[in-house]
Amino acid sequence: MDFDLILRVYPYFLEAALVTIQLAVLSIILGLACGALGAYARLSRWASLRFAGATYVSVIRGTPALIQLFILYFGGPQIGIQLDAFEAGVIGLGVNIGAYMTETIRGAIIAVDKGQIEASRTLGMGGWQTMRYVILPQAARLMIRPLGVNINAQIKGTALVAAISVVELTYTAQRYIGSTYKPFEMFFLAGIIYMVIIYITGLGINWLDRRAQIK
Amino acid sequence: MGLDFTVLPGYFDALLLGSLWTIAIMLVSAVISFFGGILLAVIALYAPAIVRYPFRAFSFVFMGTPLLLQLFLIYFGLIQIGIDLPAFVAGVIGLGLHYAVYNSDIIQAGILAVDKGQHEGARTLGLSRGQTIRKIIVPQAVRTVIPPIGNNLIALLKDSALVSVIGVAELTLTSQLAISKTFRPFEFYIAAAACYYVINLGLEYGLRKIEKRVAVAR
Repeated sequence: MDFDLILRVYPYFLEAALVTIQLAVLSIILGLACGALGAYARLSRWASLRFAGATYVSVIRGTPALIQLFILYFGGPQIGIQLDAFEAGVIGLGVNIGAYMTETIRGAIIAVDKGQIEASRTLGMGGWQTMRYVILPQAARLMIRPLGVNINAQIKGTALVAAISVVELTYTAQRYIGSTYKPFEMFFLAGIIYMVIIYITGLGINWLDRRAQIK
Repeated sequence: MGLDFTVLPGYFDALLLGSLWTIAIMLVSAVISFFGGILLAVIALYAPAIVRYPFRAFSFVFMGTPLLLQLFLIYFGLIQIGIDLPAFVAGVIGLGLHYAVYNSDIIQAGILAVDKGQHEGARTLGLSRGQTIRKIIVPQAVRTVIPPIGNNLIALLKDSALVSVIGVAELTLTSQLAISKTFRPFEFYIAAAACYYVINLGLEYGLRKIEKRVAVAR
């Protein structure tokens, strides 16, 4: 292990880690939006919306995220979508994780006891009111932990955009492996940064989950 | 530049071959991840602390870092210490180990869920501790966790696209080669996505069959 080398290159890795964090945060926000919309569609009263939601989930979860990124970044210009690598990364990763979050959010909503809906309708609440004041507050508690699993997967998933040459952590590690021929040191450095990011995120999710529990 | 899907039929054979390689990679790494997962789970639960803790650290590292990075380490990193693996082997080992760690987590839960009386009963009948784990506990535990392991297998199929980055000529790399000749990324990546989707459907069908068999045998 060449620690001098690690000390020399680590500032570049930290810079790259900032890009990884930006990618993760932006794509997770987009993913949550897609997930909420997807869950709305899948639980909709209209068959066509339900079908659209189910197709979204099935197609995205049935094909590799890498291929989806390639279609967007390399194939996009052919159908008039010009994105730079970072934008393509955020949109591709966000839409991808959105399909998994759709299922998480939908699962949490249908896990709320059916009697709750009946009771609130009996009390004279409308469909939207029931959702807003009765179902969602309870479902939100149930979805924190599984969404945390999605988020954890997404942080590691950001490594994929190295393949469309976004200069994030994995791409940087790859570039330094190429120029220094010291793969173990670079892996060690990048790996530790990933683990720190994931560990801190995990602490945040645990905190949120504890706060959300009813005592 | 518009779309022109008529370039696809000329590369039908290449895409088919790529699909077969993807299936081969998936099957080999599935076997590694399944048995590796069982081994890791048994070690994590039963081995003495001096073995257990290094293995826990190993699992932690594999779960906390991206698969792509691990593939780079195995393919480019092992050369540094004198082990030069062919890309296919490196890819299969990387995928297999990565998912073995995830499977091990699931199998551990399965082992803990096996009734304690089974262990006591087997020991009373004169089986040694090793025999009890191997012949009584693990078979029952694995049976209950087949569905979540199947989900991991589907994730593994999709992650097999990553080994294209270290130069294994599977479906993704095959389409990239075709694109470098025809300059038609959209058509070929859509075709590759369709192939993955079909393989995925086949895999899901197979998994449902296995799940049903296991359920009947109970």
